[in-house]
Amino acid sequence: MTPLLSVKNIAKTYGRQIGCADVSFDLFPGEVMGIVGESGSGKSTLLNCLAGHLAPDRGEVLFDTRAEGLRDTVTMSEPARRMLARTDWAFVHQNPRDGLRMGVSAGGNVGERLMAVGARHYGEIRETALDWLDQVEIDGARVDDRPSTFSGGMQQRLQIARNLVTGPRLVFMDEPTGGLDVSVQARLLDLLRGLVRRLGLSAIIVTHDLAVVRLLADRLMVMKSGHVVESGLTDQVLDDPQHAYTQLLVSSVLQV
Amino acid sequence: MTEPLETHHKVNPRNAEYNFAYLDEDTKRMIRRAILKGLAIPGYQVPFASREMPMPYGWGTGGVQVSAAVLTPDDTMKVIDQGADDTTNAVSIRRFFEKTAGVAVTEATAEASVIQTRHRIPETPLTEDQILVYQVPIPEPLRFLEPRESETRKMHELEEYGLMHVKLYEDIARHGRIATSYAYPVKVEGRYIMDPSPIPKFDNPKMEMAAIQLFGAGREQRIYAVPPYSQVVSLDFDDHPFDPSKADHPCDLCGAEHSYLDEVIVDDAGGRMFVCSDTDFCAARRAQGHVGRLGTEDAA
Ligand SMILES: Nc1ncnc2c1ncn2[C@@H]1O[C@H](COP(=O)(O)OP(=O)(O)OP(=O)(O)O)[C@@H](O)[C@H]1O
Ligand SMILES: [Mg+2]
Repeated sequence: MTPLLSVKNIAKTYGRQIGCADVSFDLFPGEVMGIVGESGSGKSTLLNCLAGHLAPDRGEVLFDTRAEGLRDTVTMSEPARRMLARTDWAFVHQNPRDGLRMGVSAGGNVGERLMAVGARHYGEIRETALDWLDQVEIDGARVDDRPSTFSGGMQQRLQIARNLVTGPRLVFMDEPTGGLDVSVQARLLDLLRGLVRRLGLSAIIVTHDLAVVRLLADRLMVMKSGHVVESGLTDQVLDDPQHAYTQLLVSSVLQV
Repeated sequence: MTEPLETHHKVNPRNAEYNFAYLDEDTKRMIRRAILKGLAIPGYQVPFASREMPMPYGWGTGGVQVSAAVLTPDDTMKVIDQGADDTTNAVSIRRFFEKTAGVAVTEATAEASVIQTRHRIPETPLTEDQILVYQVPIPEPLRFLEPRESETRKMHELEEYGLMHVKLYEDIARHGRIATSYAYPVKVEGRYIMDPSPIPKFDNPKMEMAAIQLFGAGREQRIYAVPPYSQVVSLDFDDHPFDPSKADHPCDLCGAEHSYLDEVIVDDAGGRMFVCSDTDFCAARRAQGHVGRLGTEDAA
């Protein structure tokens, strides 16, 4: 089977500071990959290299494009990469303000990607937006309200709807539950799990919350100081960690 | 426009300190280059080094610089503001060119070779021998939703125009219809999305015209252009098509059915009338004997 994404030896430094180094893995369609590690371990750097937000110093990020099969997104033209970013890919930011247009209504936020790929029927765009608000458990009566009037959890759910509306083939998420209250986190996690199951999403989720990967990720990569120190099936890694750092990570969670 | 554009002579003996049309020849050359580039890439905003002009920015310094760069001594100039030749703004710009270029001026649309305008396109169809120069306050149609210039430039470059429809979507969501009635965005020659300056949407269909259209934004330092007979399409949705209609009245002075009207309050009791915003058009019709509801035979 062709992987959806094949990452080969990605490295990124900031001056002398290592962002991430020698990261390689394959992601297959329908798979959810979790990336965990302490603050500063290089999770966001890696994710941004994969999603085309950062240019890695070395390595390849091969994506299974619809037209031409596996293509290196690092070396493809910027227009082609931005086209992927607004069609086949989605990116959910930790801070919904980075992923939403705060001055645009909820419906407009969800509809933007549709319009970006050519939707020109207002009634249909609105119907789709309402359907997606429902799917992320936002009352349709709020469709014309701006996200600035939404709670943090609602904003995050709106950001997810805005990203999923065009049926992306690969979803990148950076700490999607970070910055939310614990009870709000739990609800968002349930919602995400439902969406992942129902839509068969392929996703890469960065988090330092092991509960998130336990619930969502099929496979797991553990990062430390920019390097992947352990990877494998989520349950295996969490229940029987091999690397000393992973053991520490798992045990510190168990103590909570 | 068949005249050579080099115009070193100082035409107005009373103001010998000015170069023809105020700007020095190097500046004109720079602006003409921007205009030619604009004509070569219809709807594309060309940056230019806007000069200090002897008037404030809100007074159309971008349009004035474009006019100054295209004027020749044989030109006849007309200046309109909201359709009228006699507002302070229009009068002062017309005087400026009379003084600095010594060109003939007119209020008759058909007699002018260069027309500088703010907020209107004349009702009388323009010809291949004419240039229409628009004063533009904000040239970037995507600014409203995306304030980052680096990002809007990229959107134009890559034709990522979904955002423009988000603006129209928001309009319909809020007002039940596309409520944008001025500066209604257009796509030029199937490529660049362009702000037509704050003309009423009623004027948008006229932009597919025989004359050259040049747009100058002074404060924002941008020039753009629409060559003759270019395709200019107003954006819309399939189920909310573009509607250029105007107030459903004839002109109360000249009876014109299809001209753009201003609503004028005529007394303290709230009495009102509708009159052509294009004063030259209205006066010419009345001179031909057309009379509206409140017009009199000798109104003109
Ligand atoms: N723009 C930058 N300039 C310089 N160094 C950076 C920059 N961004 C990240 N780094 C450094 O690269 C390393 C990896 O950072 P990164 O943000 O990828 O970590 P992270 O795992 O996402 O951390 P967190 O959990 O706090 O979000 C850190 O040492 C960080 O200080
Ligand atoms: Mg991070």
